[in-house]
This record gives sequence, C-alpha cells and structure tokens, in this order.
Amino acid sequence: MRQVEYKQVTSARGSLLFLKGGNNAALGERVAIRDKDGQIRNGQVIRTSEDMVLVQVFESTANLDLENTWIRYLDQPFELPLSPDMLGRNFNGIGKPRDNRPPIVSSLVRNVNGAPINPSARAYPKEFIQTGVSSIDGLNSLVRGQKLPVFSASGLPHNRLAAQIVRQAKLPDDSSNFVIVFAAMGVSHSDAHFFETEFESSGVLRNVVMFTNLANDPPMERLILPRTALTAAEYLAYDLDHHVLVVITDMTNYAEALREIATEKGDVPSRKGYPGYLYSDLAEIYERAGRVKDRHGSITMIPILSMPSDDITHPIPDLTGYITEGQIVLSRELHSKSVYPPVNVPPSLSRLMKDGVGKEFTREDHPHVASQLYASYTRALEARNLASIIGAEELSGRDRRFLEFADAFENRFIMQGEDTERNIIETLDLAWELLSLLPPESLSRVSEAEIQKYHSWDETR
Amino acid sequence: MGSIVEVNGPLVTIRQDNIRNGEQVRLGKLGLVGEVISLHQDTALVQVYESTESLRPGENVIGLGKQLSVELGPGMLGQIFDGVQRPLNRILEMSGEQIARGLEVPSLDREKTWHFVPADKLAVGQQVCGGEILGTVQETETIQHRILVPPNTCGDIVEHACEGDYKIEDIIASVRNKNDQIEHLKMYHDWPVRTPRPYHSRTHSAMPLLTGQRILDTFFPLLKGGKAAVPGPFGAGKTMVQQQIARWANADIVLYVGCGERGNELVDILETFPELTDPHSGRSLMERTFLVANTSNMPVVAREASIYVGVTMAEYYRDQGYDVVMVADSTSRWAEALREVAGRLGQMPVEEGYPAYLASRLAAFYERAGNVNTMAKQSSGSVTLIGAVSPPGGDFSEPVTSHTKEIIRTFWALSKPLADARHYPAVSWTESFSDYQDRAQSWWAENVDHKWAKHRQYALSLLTQADELERIVNLVGPEALSSSQRWVLETASILKEGLLQQSALDEIDSYCSPAKQFKMMDIMLRFHETGKELIKLGAPVEQLAQLPENGKIRRIKSVFTNDQLSDMENFAEELFEHLDCMRAEYAGAKEVQA
Ligand SMILES: Nc1ncnc2c1ncn2[C@@H]1O[C@H](COP(=O)(O)OP(=O)(O)OP(=O)(O)O)[C@@H](O)[C@H]1O
Ligand SMILES: [Mg+2]
Repeated sequence: MRQVEYKQVTSARGSLLFLKGGNNAALGERVAIRDKDGQIRNGQVIRTSEDMVLVQVFESTANLDLENTWIRYLDQPFELPLSPDMLGRNFNGIGKPRDNRPPIVSSLVRNVNGAPINPSARAYPKEFIQTGVSSIDGLNSLVRGQKLPVFSASGLPHNRLAAQIVRQAKLPDDSSNFVIVFAAMGVSHSDAHFFETEFESSGVLRNVVMFTNLANDPPMERLILPRTALTAAEYLAYDLDHHVLVVITDMTNYAEALREIATEKGDVPSRKGYPGYLYSDLAEIYERAGRVKDRHGSITMIPILSMPSDDITHPIPDLTGYITEGQIVLSRELHSKSVYPPVNVPPSLSRLMKDGVGKEFTREDHPHVASQLYASYTRALEARNLASIIGAEELSGRDRRFLEFADAFENRFIMQGEDTERNIIETLDLAWELLSLLPPESLSRVSEAEIQKYHSWDETR
Repeated sequence: MGSIVEVNGPLVTIRQDNIRNGEQVRLGKLGLVGEVISLHQDTALVQVYESTESLRPGENVIGLGKQLSVELGPGMLGQIFDGVQRPLNRILEMSGEQIARGLEVPSLDREKTWHFVPADKLAVGQQVCGGEILGTVQETETIQHRILVPPNTCGDIVEHACEGDYKIEDIIASVRNKNDQIEHLKMYHDWPVRTPRPYHSRTHSAMPLLTGQRILDTFFPLLKGGKAAVPGPFGAGKTMVQQQIARWANADIVLYVGCGERGNELVDILETFPELTDPHSGRSLMERTFLVANTSNMPVVAREASIYVGVTMAEYYRDQGYDVVMVADSTSRWAEALREVAGRLGQMPVEEGYPAYLASRLAAFYERAGNVNTMAKQSSGSVTLIGAVSPPGGDFSEPVTSHTKEIIRTFWALSKPLADARHYPAVSWTESFSDYQDRAQSWWAENVDHKWAKHRQYALSLLTQADELERIVNLVGPEALSSSQRWVLETASILKEGLLQQSALDEIDSYCSPAKQFKMMDIMLRFHETGKELIKLGAPVEQLAQLPENGKIRRIKSVFTNDQLSDMENFAEELFEHLDCMRAEYAGAKEVQA
C-alpha cells in the first residue's frame, strides 16, 4: 500500500473524481478518499493514464471540495476477506459489516470481480430442485446450478415467492440444505425487513449471508454489491462444498446505477440510455452461477428484477433473458384475480428443465405433461379471447371445455397457498386431473400410453 | 520496447516505435495479448483480448510482429478453443477453473504424434504450390486430415519426410522457391484471420444442407455453401436450432462458435456429442465437431475476434475438400463487441450506437460462405454459415437483424407466440424465407419424390389460408366459416402439430430423414383431400375432427422411426381404408337422397 496521499483532484461530478497526475494507478485499483472532515470514502480507478486518473466514488462526491480532498492508492483491487464466520452476518456492498459486529478477518481474500469460468471446467446442471410450487416444478423446473430470474413488477408478490422458494427448496432425495446468499440492492427498509424476518422465522438465518444496500444507501455501491456477494457464494460453494442459493434483488436498481455512471462518463448510450455493455456487465454477474466439475458445491441463482412499466422488452429484462437460463414471469392480471403465485405461464421458461426432469429425476411423463399443459393452456386462452368477442354461448362444445380448463388451471394448478408445499408427484397428478377435462384426441403432446395410464376422460361430463 | 500510456477498459494506448496496424502486442507484467487497431502520431491504440484490470500506465509493451492468426493443422477436431484459438482444455490444466490472464499456450498440441502418409506428389524435384496436398494424417476415425501447402508457398521439393509418425513441428518437406530460398513445411501453418483464405473459383451447388428438421429442410431449405440466419427473441430456440443442425446436418465438419452466449450451452455439446452417433457416418459426433467459445462473461474484444477465428478454421477444412458448417451463436454479440470498441474510440454512431461499418462487416463475414473449387483445383469444398441473431426486444427492424436479412439467403424467423405455446422449432412459416428453394427442388425431385415442390407449396398455402381464416374467426366467430373452410383449419392444425412441430428432445423425432419428411407431408395432404371429399358428400366437420385418426396422424412423427417407413405406409393404408368406407357410406346415402 502506498502511504502517500495525493491532493490532485481537478474536478468532481456525480460519482466521478478526475485527478491530474497519473501516478501510474492500476485499472480497477482501490482508492481511499479523505475529505475535509477526515471521513474516508471508497473509490475505484476506472480509467488511468500517464497524466490523468478517473475514480468512481461509491459514496458519491457530494460535499467534496477540490482543495481539501486527499487520495490514497491502496495498490490492490477490491477484495473480500472470506471465512466461514460470514454465515449469519449482514454486510454492505463492499463487505463492511452492517450488523454492528466486528469485520471479518481472514488471510483468504479474493478479488470480487472473479475471473471467467473456463467452459470446459463446467459441469452441466441436471439435478431437479423441488420448490414445492407447482407452476415452477411442473412447468419450469429449477435445477441445481441454474440461473433462473423472476421477472416481476411493482406491487407484485415477488418477495413472497422468493421467500417461499428459499423456505421449501430441496432435492427430492437429499437432506442437505441450501446455504443462502442474499444480495439486496436499493431495496426498501420494509423489503429488507421482510426477508430478515422470513429467514429468522424459518430458522435458516444461521445459514444466510446478507449483503444489503438500501434505497437510501449510496447507489454506486450497488455496482459492486452483487460481485461481493457472488465472491462469498463461490467461496461457500467451492471451498466449503455447500449448495448455495443466491437471491439477488432488485437487478433493475443495479442496472439503473450502471446507467447513471455510464452517463456521467459520457459512454455512448444504446437503448433507453443504457450503455452498450449492459449485456456483458450483467453476464459477468449471472454467469457466476453454475456447477464445476469435481466440486461438490454449486451456485443456483434467483435474481429478481422489476420490469419498468411491466414491459418485458425493456432492456433490463430483455438482456437478462438473453443471459439467464429461463425466467419466471409474474402477471398483474393473475395477481388482480388473487391468484398466488401469479405466474404468467406462457412467457415463463426454464431452459435446463429438459435435462433435469423425466424418468431418472421426477417421473417419465413429466416433460410431456409440461408441454401439453402449455399447449392446452395457450389454446384455452385463445378460446377465452374468442369468448370475450362473441360470447361464451357461441363457442363450440370443444372450445367451452377449453374455457373451463383455463379457469381450473389458473385456480387450482397455478394458485396455491403461500404455505402450501406440493411435491412433484402431487403436482403431476394434479396436472392430469386438469387435463382430464379435455378430450384425449386434443392431447397430442403426451403419448397414447400416458393417456391410457393417467388420463380419465368422461365423455358425458 | 514500448510503454503503456493509458488504460480505458479493453482499450489501451501505447507508445511504441515501428508498430504496425493489426500487429499483436503483449502488455505489462501479465503479458496480456492485444491487437493494434489504429495509429496516431507517436501512439497506437490496442484492443486487448483479456481483462485489463490491474494494468498501469508505464508498463512495458512488446510487439509480436504478426497479425492475429490461427494455427491450421491436425488436432483441431474434438477441441474447444477460446476466441483467439487457445485450447481451453490446456488452459484448464494450467490455470484451473477460472481462466488466468496472460497465458501462453500454443493452439495445437506440440507433443502429439500423427501418422503421416505422403501423397504421390511428395517427391524430390516435384513442384508444389499453395493448396496442394502433401500427405494425409487420420485426424479422427472419420476425418482424414489433408496436409496442405500453405497458400502463399510455391517451389520445388528438395527434401521430404517418408511415411511415419511426426509431431506438428517436424519438417515434412523443404521446397526451393523461385527466389532460390528454402522453405520448410510442417504439418501446420499460420493464417491471419481477417484475410479470407484463397480458393480457385466459386461453384454453385444444388446440394441441400439436410438437417433432419422438417420446417427447415422441407419448407425453408438451405444449400451447402449457403448463408442463413436464425433471428428470434430470447428463449425462442435459436440455440436449439443451431445445436440440432450441428448434430444432424449432412456435413463433413461442424464448427460451433459460441459467441457471447452461455457457458452451459457449450458444456451441453461437450457432454452429449461424444455419446451421439452421426446418422451419416455412424460414428461419434464429436469426431467431426469442434468448438470456439467466447462466453458472455469472457472479454468482449476476443468476442469480436472469435467469429473470424472460427470462419478461418472452417475455410481451412473447406480447402481440404470438405463440406463445413459453421454455426455462430450469436452474431448480435459480435456486432455489440464492434459497437463497444467503436464507442470507446469515439466513432460516430449511426444507428442505435452501431458504427457505420456494421453492414459492410456483416456482409464481408457472410461472404466467406460458399462452394469453391480449392486452390489447387484438386477438389471442391464448402463453408455454410448459419448465424443466430438476438434482436433487442425481439424487434426485427433493429440494425443487426435488418442488415443480416439483406445479406443471407435463408431466413428462419423465430416467433415468440409459437415459443410461448411450446411449438418448437418456433420457426414462423409466414416470416421465414428461402431463396434456395428452386435449387433444392431438383435434389428432392431426383432423390425423394418429384411431387415435393407441389406438396410443399400446397401445405404452405393451407397454412396461410388458415391464418387468414383464424383472423376472421376472431372477428366474427367460427359460425361465419363454411364447412370446407373449417376443414382447412383442422388440416392446418394437423400440419402444425404433426409436421412443423418437432421436438429436439424426442428420441425418434429429433432427426427426420428426407424420405420420412416427405411421406408424412404426403399422408397429411391426402388426409386433407379425403376429408374435403367427405365434406362435399355431407359429412359434418365436427365428426371428422373427432376421428381418432386425427390424433394418430399427429403422432406419426414419434411413432415410426426413419427406418420404419413401410410400417408407416401400412398405417396410412389402414387409415385411408377406414376413410374410404366412410366415403362409400356417405356417397351411398347421397345417392339414396338423390
Ligand atoms: N426444437 C426444440 N425442441 C424442444 N425444445 C426446444 C426446441 N427449441 C427450443 N426448445 C426449448 O426452448 C428453450 C429455449 O431455446 P434456446 O435456448 O435455443 O433459445 P434461444 O433463442 O437460443 O434463447 P437465447 O437468445 O436467450 O439464447 C430450450 O431450452 C428448450 O427447452
Ligand atoms: Mg441461445
């Protein structure tokens, strides 16, 4: 560490400090900024040349003046000390305790940016996780090592769904529990409190590491928080052999902080003012989920984001969808019909489901049933749409059955209580019960043998 | 030696004498590799293939004296390389699970020995020139690797190796060129990736690239040496389409370029391909496959390079006389890498932040597809290019999709509503097109059935009619339709569910042979015709729609394998017999009425 402090700030704007005289600062180097009151702020070099350095200040440059600001280069990147003592603790974005307990001391420190995982080191995620939620397990199953975001919007119960998943997630025949890394960015006090109480009441608190940045905490800290949290997650998974479930909320606040700093730096904007590198930047976070060969632990990631104006084509959900392995989309319409969890089935997807369900993992009919439910529900929504135009009485007999199916599917399959936990067999049996509302010749995604075995069609109903 | 002046993300300004544009450099203590992209008075700008974190002004710079090149020789098949052709398996051994920076690894294995069999021409005194075959080694069980004279070499052989085992650094021939210099030829040579490899002449083939996917082969065919794009919003199935092509295409060599996409998708290939059998050679698929991977979390500059690295390797196998398919997932990420560098260079953005040269770069890339007579005229080969396009918000009017659409000849447009209904492959029959269909037609006529073109046209017209009828139903209800119109809707639904829909995960249906593709279409259209007659005779549509045959026809695809076409024929005969009985009944009833 360099002991010298430099006083060379030439301008301060938003969260950026421009320093003259290069001092050969390294890109990504951490700096300590002392203001006139002796307060220390944290910063990072984001551009460096022989005669100029650009520093991003996590706490913003408010109240700094050019005369009384001193800079110290710490000669190291942003690093996080790691130890098993992190479990049960709460930190801020740069890893400082928020819980009035002493900081983590450890000789093991890692650069929070990590390094890309070699694709040939990865193992393909395949192990079915039972969340106990039918609309997920039955239709869009989660597997260990997957990154499966929840696309939500303001006022929808994404927090409750995330908490339910955390509470119920398990492997059908494995008792080992998940360790939770919880990363919150720009969330309200009440949301943070909700999760803390949740973890406490379900008794997992000792297995949780929290990284919290509240809505009134410095926004720039949000840029480093998920990286810090994932560094902890990697340590728990690959050094300590835990299966880690990382819940990150809310990615929209992260991306907005990124846009803010990009605009300050004058980066060329692409869509809606977000920088062109938003995709790569998000990928650096999301791709840290996964499984690694010859390692026992794993990182399963559930990022939550709110879609601005409920728009799934907005750059944040859009780019997220292009990186993650599917998405669970929540629907305002179902929510207003009091369907919990209001999972909007058609646009939801789990890409890793195909290798994690079926005979070896859940039940042989599972992939076909899921596909059939999608096909029938889409068809049923068309019938419902038609009924709204011409009136339900005008529908053909077949279409009326589909109409009935749509209601049953929403009210019985998608809807389930916050405390209801259905195992995968219950979910599949329920699915067949509902498919039995439809005539067999309309079910082409399931095999004839499966119809024989599970479908109970009553022509006369 | 030069030094670093400025570090700005992946761009580094250096001060270095005698450096050339395009030259590669090593930077700093870590020895990060980059490429000069512009020169100014006494400085040069370098784009770096690795993360520049911790790089400082004042650190050293070394010019490497060559452009970004790939090593071309035996040992590429079955491998996975990063965006600048470093073998990821070797990197795994060297640096563990996370990719360390500044590693120096040769692309091709220096220690492996290959059994070299000289060609007849390999004799003292013979003249050999660029592209000629010096000999062969068996690279995998299925692929014989032809060792080529590097394109720019020509001379008389003064010394050569005999049959035997050699490593790729061993000299297998020495030639005296026309400047009276001796050049030593090895089993590999370098080639700069941004320069297309030369060939003798272009040819036009009419051989379809058969993928075993009905909506592609039957409806929107691609030819060997052609260029195609698969655009679609996230989750619509671009990667699956490309993986299916990589699995089943009737090509000799398949190169899968994962450009800015997910790590797990590459693992999927690495884990499943060795277990799968190539339907054409009967051998493990991995023997003809290799991969280039720059995943979304890897540095963005190497993403820009990965496309060129890939296509150069593809051209090299083409030059050996092979039909090569390169799938690139996704070209949008490559374009975004261009945009990112352009933005940092302060270049004027023209549309959505993309630089003005986006269209020309895209065109130049796809121009590297084609059928050629190889340089030495001894054989012909092809490179087929298939690029995924990932339009923001699924909007096909955005720059990368719209420019690509102008360039390619086959367009497989993926539709979100189809994907949402789990109708896979979600290729839209209204938005997709193929300019190759006329040429494909002659192949189908000769090899499968001369009715192919007619059938295809008929099936497509039923599908478009049905779309139109559905619009009407949604306005005024089904009652507005005549019986025969409602029958069109029924048939279209059979075509969609029974023919167009094809699950990549279905063991039987994942690959559908051309003969089976035609036969299925034939049965469905015959079913339609028969139904039409029955309706004319007064049979109610509802009754026809509820026939158990309806369900059976929809399942043909996953009931009969490619080898069970005669069983399928028998099944069809039985089915039509039943319908014929019905027809006889209705005809009888009608006569009585009359
Ligand atoms: N032909 C198919 N057969 C069966 N399932 C399919 C098929 N095509 C797509 N799918 C399903 O759709 C999912 C998404 O497909 P895919 O990953 O190819 O989408 P994509 O267009 O590449 O998305 P992205 O742009 O985000 O990479 C797959 O995981 C699979 O479940
Ligand atoms: Mg994809």
